[in-house]
Amino acid sequence: MSGTTIIEVRTSPHLHGPMTVETIMRHVIYALLPIAAFFSWHFGLSAALLLAVTTAGCVLAEHTACRLSGKRSTVNDYSAAITGLLLGLTLPPGLPLWMAVVGCLVAILPGKLLFGGLGSNVFNPALVGRAFLQAAFPVAVTNYTPGLAANRFVEFIPSTWAVPLMKPAPLNDWLAKVAVDGFTGATPLAMQKFDHIYSELGPLLWGLGPGSLPGCLILLCGAYLVARGMMDWRITASMIAGAAATGGIFHLVNPALYPDPVWVVFTGGLLLGATFMATDPVASPVTPRGMWIYGLLMGVLTVLIRNLGGLPEGVMYAILFGNALSPLIDRLTPPRPYGARKAQVPQ
Amino acid sequence: MKETAPNPFINGLWRQNPTFVQILGMCPTLAITNSVQNAIAMGLATAFVLICSNGLIAAIRKHVPKQVRIATYIAIIATAVTVTDYLVKAISISVYKALGPFIPLIVANCLVLERAEGFAAKKPVIPSMMDGAGMGLGFAFGLTCLGTVREVLGAGTFLGIHLFGPNFEPWVLFLLPPGGFISLAIWLLIFASYRERKDRRERARAALLTVQPAEAQS
Repeated sequence: MSGTTIIEVRTSPHLHGPMTVETIMRHVIYALLPIAAFFSWHFGLSAALLLAVTTAGCVLAEHTACRLSGKRSTVNDYSAAITGLLLGLTLPPGLPLWMAVVGCLVAILPGKLLFGGLGSNVFNPALVGRAFLQAAFPVAVTNYTPGLAANRFVEFIPSTWAVPLMKPAPLNDWLAKVAVDGFTGATPLAMQKFDHIYSELGPLLWGLGPGSLPGCLILLCGAYLVARGMMDWRITASMIAGAAATGGIFHLVNPALYPDPVWVVFTGGLLLGATFMATDPVASPVTPRGMWIYGLLMGVLTVLIRNLGGLPEGVMYAILFGNALSPLIDRLTPPRPYGARKAQVPQ
Repeated sequence: MKETAPNPFINGLWRQNPTFVQILGMCPTLAITNSVQNAIAMGLATAFVLICSNGLIAAIRKHVPKQVRIATYIAIIATAVTVTDYLVKAISISVYKALGPFIPLIVANCLVLERAEGFAAKKPVIPSMMDGAGMGLGFAFGLTCLGTVREVLGAGTFLGIHLFGPNFEPWVLFLLPPGGFISLAIWLLIFASYRERKDRRERARAALLTVQPAEAQS
């Protein structure tokens, strides 16, 4: 013993959890894989290719942008892959691939890296890309093709291979050949809103309607993440509760015009948004009370946009709005320091 | 340190470009750049107003009491704008209709008043008109840059000529107001990164010049 001991003095935090960002992100991908597999099985080759292109596009965009700006590539934290998968899942399966690539670039460059990359993004990047596509190509992004087409594993939906910058070819010939019964080119939500036709609830639960994913599968995958302690259930629960409650009020006021709460919850992108996008740990509040407010707000907004706005679906804008408000919500709901009491009125 | 006064024309056109450096006159920049034709017409109209108002204000700069100068400038600018309004109407009624209220609104463009107060009120007539021409054409250049992005992506045309054939899928977003903000941001980013790169090069060269003599001594 020489008698000289080196004592390292470090700043907090002194305790490290076993979970790193990479671990959590990897498990989010595991949770998304069943949904992606279902999407590919339901819509066929085009959907699988779309998911592959969005995922690869986001990862490549992030890698290239990091390298060009002279930083270390940050694709190893898997967050870009999640963005790509989520973006792909929100798009119609027959979307031209060049539009999907545009969506990836918008999601990653201005949506994520311009704010400083993972941990600094104000909005969920996948939804930024999706919102841009919705505003730029409103027709292509809302054109859902029917699922379960007979030859879906053999040939692509023709619009997938549209030449960059060009309109996709009209799908009439392909649709006549596929001939899925009762195809109207609309999602259940659009049909309900514009034509007042209700799709049956059963297929929606198992995700067999056009253009929506199976609610039960999404909830199961979300439950896996909650069980591993990697996701906060409060946001998902409160968003669903907010949407159901608001939908219920609308339904009570006018049952002929507005759907019942269960239908509200299981249609469109509400479950996918509430489970995987609203819970983005960067763009959502950090305090439990804040999470409740944030989720409820987004749920209420979703139904308000659906029922009173011009669009059939409002989840995307509701979540982006919630993202924008989350710093404010954080400021309004500071946690009480240990041992502190409520301010007392001086006597 | 001796510094030569910058040429007022080049100054406005490039070094102090109203759109990309001073970020002035954002209202017409965002509102009417949805086609190249509108952008050029608006830029030229503003340039004409700037030349007239700068020249007149410089000519009477010694006779205007300080307390009422802003009102005087506004009266002169309004006169120039009215002349422009009639001129545009006489030259092309379709352009006049496309620009709508934005020609009369040049009077409220802060760029025009800023050049009156910041340059024409202190300088002789000829440099003031040069400054007006430089700033006006710089503004027209900025608007045309934005208009090009928005028209090419939003409609697939440039000055009404189809670039990609009839099958082009228009990016509707770029004809809508958000498209104005997005393309302005893209151009600002390009110009800012160009300026920063240039600054860095110049600093590196200056550093080299100061270091070398010291190295030579040792």
